[in-house]
Amino acid sequence: MTTFRYASDQSLLVYLGENIDLETHRRVLKLLRLLEAEPIPGVRNLHPAYNSILIVFDPLDQEHGNIEHTVATYLERLDTVQLAEPRVVEIPVIYDGPDLADVARFHSMTTDRVIEIHSRAIYTVYFVGFVPGFAYLGGLPKELATPRLESPRKRVPKGSVAIGGAHTGVYPFDTPGGWRLIGKTPLEIFDPESRELSKLSIGDQVRFRPQ
Amino acid sequence: MIIQVQSPGMFTTVQDLGRFGYGPIGVSPSGAADPVALRIGNLLVGNAEHDAALEMTLLGGTFVFPDGGLIALAGSDFSSPISMWTAHQLQPGASLKLGPTRGGARCYLCVHGGISVKRLLGSASTHILTGLGGFEGRPLRKGDFLTIGESRPSHPRAIAPEILEKLKPRKILRATVGPQTEWFAKESVRTFFSAPYVVTEESNRMGLRLEGPALDTPHGGQMTSEGVSLGAIQIPAGGKPIILFVEQQTTGGYPKIANIISADLPSVGQLRPRDEVRFEFVTPEAARAAIREQESLIQSVIL
Repeated sequence: MTTFRYASDQSLLVYLGENIDLETHRRVLKLLRLLEAEPIPGVRNLHPAYNSILIVFDPLDQEHGNIEHTVATYLERLDTVQLAEPRVVEIPVIYDGPDLADVARFHSMTTDRVIEIHSRAIYTVYFVGFVPGFAYLGGLPKELATPRLESPRKRVPKGSVAIGGAHTGVYPFDTPGGWRLIGKTPLEIFDPESRELSKLSIGDQVRFRPQ
Repeated sequence: MIIQVQSPGMFTTVQDLGRFGYGPIGVSPSGAADPVALRIGNLLVGNAEHDAALEMTLLGGTFVFPDGGLIALAGSDFSSPISMWTAHQLQPGASLKLGPTRGGARCYLCVHGGISVKRLLGSASTHILTGLGGFEGRPLRKGDFLTIGESRPSHPRAIAPEILEKLKPRKILRATVGPQTEWFAKESVRTFFSAPYVVTEESNRMGLRLEGPALDTPHGGQMTSEGVSLGAIQIPAGGKPIILFVEQQTTGGYPKIANIISADLPSVGQLRPRDEVRFEFVTPEAARAAIREQESLIQSVIL
């Protein structure tokens, strides 16, 4: 079930399952918590994702075999890790995005119905990646899954709430993006002046609250 | 003590060796594109290797030192009026005018005391996409005033020409397998490791896009997003390679055909648009030997 793969001369990928689901996510989160609580010397960074963690290390200090061996001992203890009760983060949303009407039309429903379904669900932050504070959320109701734009926008405004395929998320910065914009939040998603930095962290639960 | 920016050059930012440990919230390390040049430049002026300096890109700026300062230029020669890779004591009121590159893409201006900016998450490095860190989170502009850090008791050093020669940037970049190398047809891997590629204008600190033979992308270039390594070579739909660089995204969903070895990442920082580059396949053992050798050359400057 768990496999290791050489990623570069200073990194190793650990795969904890094959699917994008909550069970695999919990295994990723448990291993991440162990790696944070008992850091392996020479490890410089961890990049968790849906079903994997990339472990980046100092190549002068560590080698793949060593890391693999240590991670294997952590994996034996995975079931003993007690995950904290997830935080629930509420994100206020003004549902007035430029693609809201298109999303509604695509599903033959009213925009009010899109808003109702999107804001009723409870989402899980599978991981934060791509750019600082960008949360990959699981739990978008199937009836809202919408294909991405055929040609991505060069600039998606910071704070945009969007749907892309089976996923939904919030853009923390002005970046290029191909997801469909259904609204925006005034919340500062990534604030370097705040203690927590990123409003959303791996394992959090998220609710969107219409304004 | 201060530095006054009379002209900033094309794209000049404050950089150190980067911020590590924030992968779980999507923050990549950033830091100097050519860390070997930054480290040596700092050693030449008696700084710690990781102190912050100015990273210039392709075209240098003009800087005034109202209180003087001990400086060194490292990396590529940006039409410098003073010798590269050497510490120079500037008199109060001196100005340093740099111009277009005569070599690679980046030149570092290191000053004794380092560039003093508010550290964010343990680093002075500028992260351009997000506007975090560095000097106001942005490239320098005409009229900016930079503060030079406190002077410390220190030992300015010199570097032997034969060591510099051995540390010279490479145009043939060595790479190991990446996590999805085996997904690619053997023919694609062979092409990648033999054909010349050209760095395009769409290249920056986040990544370098290459022009050259298109490679077949397995699974249509799509896969489950996973953590991506510095120097990973991803092949998106369309088949043109992208090298992920210092301000990289932390995760991505394109297959990686190879990964540049740690010892050759500083050379990536010296690649200019339109430069030709080739890739040489090496084993993990060769990669490890290369980084050890590079490190011992740098350490020989300290001794």
